Amino acid sequence: MNRQRLTPARLGPSDVLRTGAAGLRTRPARVVLSALGIAIGIATMIAVLGISSSSREQLLRQLDRLGTNLLTVAPGQTMFGEEAKLPVEALGMVRRIGPVRTASATGTVDTTIRRTDRIPKAVTGGIAVQAATADLLTTLEGRVVKGAWLNAATEARPAVVLGAKAAQRLGITRIGVQVWMGERWFTVVGVLGPMPLAPEIERSALVGFPAAEKYLGFDGHPTTIYERSAEESVEAVRAVLPRTVNPENPEEVTVSRPSDALAARAAAASAFTNLLLGLGAVALLVGGVGVANTMVISVLERRKEIGLRRSLGATRGQVRLQFLAESLLLSALGGIAGAVLGGLATAGYALSRGWPPVVPAWAFAGAVGATLVIGTLAGLYPAMRAARLSPTVALATT
Amino acid sequence: MSIPQPEQPYVVELREVTKDYGGGVRALRGVDLLVEPGELVAIAGPSGSGKSTLLHLIGTLDRPTTGTVRIAGHDVAGLSDRELSALRARHLGFVFQQFHLAPGVSALDNVADGLLYTGTPLRARRERAAAALERVGLGHRLGHRPNQLSGGEQQRVAVARAVAGDPPLLLADEPTGNLDSAAGAEVLGVLRDLHAAGTTIAVITHDPDIAEWCPRQVRVRDGRVVADAGAGAGRRPPGANPKLPDAETAGAAKGAPR
Ligand SMILES: Nc1ncnc2c1ncn2[C@@H]1O[C@H](COP(=O)(O)OP(=O)(O)OP(=O)(O)O)[C@@H](O)[C@H]1O
Ligand SMILES: [Mg+2]
Repeated sequence: MNRQRLTPARLGPSDVLRTGAAGLRTRPARVVLSALGIAIGIATMIAVLGISSSSREQLLRQLDRLGTNLLTVAPGQTMFGEEAKLPVEALGMVRRIGPVRTASATGTVDTTIRRTDRIPKAVTGGIAVQAATADLLTTLEGRVVKGAWLNAATEARPAVVLGAKAAQRLGITRIGVQVWMGERWFTVVGVLGPMPLAPEIERSALVGFPAAEKYLGFDGHPTTIYERSAEESVEAVRAVLPRTVNPENPEEVTVSRPSDALAARAAAASAFTNLLLGLGAVALLVGGVGVANTMVISVLERRKEIGLRRSLGATRGQVRLQFLAESLLLSALGGIAGAVLGGLATAGYALSRGWPPVVPAWAFAGAVGATLVIGTLAGLYPAMRAARLSPTVALATT
Repeated sequence: MSIPQPEQPYVVELREVTKDYGGGVRALRGVDLLVEPGELVAIAGPSGSGKSTLLHLIGTLDRPTTGTVRIAGHDVAGLSDRELSALRARHLGFVFQQFHLAPGVSALDNVADGLLYTGTPLRARRERAAAALERVGLGHRLGHRPNQLSGGEQQRVAVARAVAGDPPLLLADEPTGNLDSAAGAEVLGVLRDLHAAGTTIAVITHDPDIAEWCPRQVRVRDGRVVADAGAGAGRRPPGANPKLPDAETAGAAKGAPR
């Protein structure tokens, strides 16, 4: 007997793709509609991930610009629960710490700032009056938007520099204006720009230490010391600050790093983001069911084609592969469209907010993975049905 | 280790073949049929006599309930689905009453896709498809889609698809059943040329003229072979087309522009 080996030819990847695509080409409307569900799901997930990473990127870049080497020192509480005070000489001690590059201080002055003496004392507008050392602006890397910062001459005179919010609340838009502080008039000599790392300065009216002592009864005790050191020695400095500032009662000193708040915001994923991600996943699931439905119908409609292919020598496996490829192509089409849409939505939203548009690469990888998994799952059952069809039954269908 | 095998003389070898369908239908009741290489066999008989069932068994699209089916020396009973598929891809060509062409796909690609499962690369598939279409007189219709072709032309595309891979055995189930006599003659002309070139052909037909035109006629009734005339007549070519005065006219018809 002739036992010549009968082995079916293997289909190359391009032939598998061709047979898979053949079924889609003739039904474009159905392809678009059933790929749409997947496209919406993928687009939602990419856009949600993209927008939240763009906002995070924005915060990280801001952190980068502002630096994370700023520490603030403030008095805590005494053992008896009273407000502690920083010693008058604390600032000088901080400046003597080796790695400290620049340090400056503010001290709360117990008075108010008003446009005129006729406005009642109680109406402070939430503006704090503070004494500030002359190098405060250098330490905070802040900017003056109008007029000038305090100098050796003005820090001893009845002159005041307003933080951005303070100026806004007082309705002051130009310098040279007189404001009522304590029991006398001060002249506004400057207005500061925004200070993301020291929002309390934005809400302050700042006078020089000598002027505060002379005109406003300031006791000379700093209430906040701002300090910058080299980035790599921040932790070391942080460790020695309490004992340096208050050798007798180091536990009455609190040290904090304002950039930590920004970093925490960057790290947090909001509950809203998770909710939207869940919605995207549901859309994706519904899209997968749509693809499966389309594939089942496709197999039913194409029984004759299946029979013909079997008569031409297609094995069951090759028929199965054809319909799996078709299902994968269908969901890949939706996935690609969704990724493009999601990318565009991210770019549009981020640019409208002035953020850098960022979609993490893993989100795209996840989208590819999700579409492959969905395409396979949706195609598996229809493909098995197609492969199980007997060639004669398939051909006999009219 | 293997001893040289004697050459297998039969392309088709059916011995005591029966075929039952569900519900107590016995479509074939003990059929013996031997077909030698190069024969052109008509399988004729009334409707429901089991002709299509017989052709499906010969074409390995189905397995017999009992009996032996041997195609090109391979016992079908001992072959897996993969092996049967390989056998169909390499040894068999099918032509159906309905043409089963893919809509919206050019004649060339319809024929080329018929070679997909033979492992031929795409370029070679297209070349062989063009040659096969040339052979059936459709060299000038390569880019036409099925809806741009007449019924006779569509069936000739289907024949080209069946023979593009040069299978030793061509099976046709009422290839002219959906065609008028002129279009049917075009298709028969192609079958005659293939037979002359050495292809073994089995044609199912209702039409006594077509059956007479074939060198050998197998008559089937109630699932049995009741007459077998001209067996072993081998490669004797048939005469002119039954429906046309002479071969010249048939030749002219198949190449005629429309
Ligand atoms: N899949 C099937 N299931 C059940 N019975 C079947 C099936 N296919 C064919 N039959 C029956 O088997 C018998 C033979 O059918 P077959 O199709 O082989 O006849 P045929 O000679 O080709 O007829 P026709 O000339 O009308 O095509 C018929 O009685 C038919 O009803
Ligand atoms: Mg029939």
